[in-house]
Amino acid sequence: MDAIIDGWVVAKRNLIKIKRVPDLLIFSTIQPIMFVLLFAYVFGGAISAPGVNYREFLMAGIFTQTVAFGSAITGMGLAEDMTKGIIDRFRSLPMSRAAVLVGRTTSDLINNILVVAIMAICGLIVGWRTHTNPLDVAAGFGLLFLFGYAMSWISATIGLSVRSVEVAQSAGFIWMFPLTFLSNAFVPTDTLPTFLQYVADWNPISAIVAALRDLWGNSPTGAARGAGWSMENPGLYSLITIAVILAVFVPLSIRAYRKAASR
Amino acid sequence: MGDAIVARGLVKTYGPVRAVDGLDLNVPEGTVLGLLGPNGAGKTTTVRMLTTLITPTAGQITVRGVDVLTHPNEVRRVIGVSGQYAAVDEHLTGYENLEMVGRLYHLGRKRARARARELLERFDLTDAADRPSKTYSGGMRRRLDLAGALVAAPPILFLDEPTTGLDPRSRIGMWDVLNELVREGTTLLLTTQYLEEADELAEDIIVIDHGRAIARGTPDQLKQQVGGERLEITLHSKADASAVVETVAALGMAGYTVDESAHKVVVPVADGTDALFEAVRRLDAAAIKPADIGVHRPTLDDVFLKLTGRPAEDETEEAVEAR
Repeated sequence: MDAIIDGWVVAKRNLIKIKRVPDLLIFSTIQPIMFVLLFAYVFGGAISAPGVNYREFLMAGIFTQTVAFGSAITGMGLAEDMTKGIIDRFRSLPMSRAAVLVGRTTSDLINNILVVAIMAICGLIVGWRTHTNPLDVAAGFGLLFLFGYAMSWISATIGLSVRSVEVAQSAGFIWMFPLTFLSNAFVPTDTLPTFLQYVADWNPISAIVAALRDLWGNSPTGAARGAGWSMENPGLYSLITIAVILAVFVPLSIRAYRKAASR
Repeated sequence: MGDAIVARGLVKTYGPVRAVDGLDLNVPEGTVLGLLGPNGAGKTTTVRMLTTLITPTAGQITVRGVDVLTHPNEVRRVIGVSGQYAAVDEHLTGYENLEMVGRLYHLGRKRARARARELLERFDLTDAADRPSKTYSGGMRRRLDLAGALVAAPPILFLDEPTTGLDPRSRIGMWDVLNELVREGTTLLLTTQYLEEADELAEDIIVIDHGRAIARGTPDQLKQQVGGERLEITLHSKADASAVVETVAALGMAGYTVDESAHKVVVPVADGTDALFEAVRRLDAAAIKPADIGVHRPTLDDVFLKLTGRPAEDETEEAVEAR
């Protein structure tokens, strides 16, 4: 219980920083907007997804990529915190040991929600529409944020295991490129070579994207949906992935925090 | 009265470096202990171990009888910590910093807010309360940090070099605040590089060097060991030296030294100010005009020179930790 209350106090502190130094929010929004415009207007003409308008197909992919990349700020924020005097204040207080992590992941979740809201508006402008009931649309966003939250804990573990903000930044980003591009986020996987298609169809990013498309009525038809159990049950596979990430990385990052802080 | 803080056989090693090397200390309730030593002596490492921030390699620590290693959170409830590097969030205002700390002590929203206002008032920060703390001067940041340590009105306070980097006026202001806290019954452990500061604040002093205690005692005992105040008279030519010695030697407690090359006569005295007045009167009567005359108090360097035979090394603690 303390972890949640204390975590919220720490989250509020992080949110004040977003308000006072909005650069990070602005830059984390510019990139996805650029992607929306690039893929919608530049690559979009060359890629087709059967049974669905490409711009509708695209948005679930870009949303997912954005929250995945956005999770890198969790690690950067924590790596920065560890270099500041304030962490000593936190550690000398009788507060929950997990509060700094809960607070950081919570404020990054809120940051993610802001970024996604701006992108959604941008998507609506370029022609993205949902075709399901509001409950399903909301469930889609819920899944998206849950996934972003889980990714934040991976990022937290990375950020606390390295010794500088710069390393946290590159270590947090570098694996995101293959992870997000080797998926169905931008192209239907049936266009890939067989081996890569297999990898992409089992990539958890593909599962999130497919689940979002299903929930929003943006899915392609036929072979473009991808193959295998993971693509037949993208929602379930997504939830399992999220549960596994949290089960592994919450304890790992708490351990990394204790270790990093008591040196 | 029992001991508020007890440490036995405290050791912290960083690789081959023994930052703290078998330190014992105890601080009775309501008293002030000063850890005196140069940079890199192990003062900060000691405070960080005592305040649950780092784990000792060996040794035991109890605070109010509670084992710091096994029950850190119980200890954190009764201590306040203010470090060498102000532990404040630079993006938060002074008020937000203190309110946050109050909430994290679980004071509740209302009390946390009231306490924040109260401490800002006490530390003369009311005007700056709603400005981000990164706009504060060094002295203001230090005061805010100390205020953060006092949010829960802890009976035991740890301060790591509370006045390092402050200008003389801020330093004296800080001393006043600390003396007031001690009068109110706070047990205080502080580290300092300044003998003068330890003298002003502490009832007991431990001089540490290379992580070990090299002397202990009250400020008076320590000063007796190194010699107290001394009158130093520098002359234009050494020809005057014998005349000066004749004139002022009687002012001293015991003996005097003449530094021929520097044309300097040094006389240990009991009361520097009185001796200075008297010396000036006598020199004037004898028509001797010195190049410089003044009272010098022993410094940390003097203590070190006396205790170790070498001057205090200036080695930063980070350099030790990085090795």
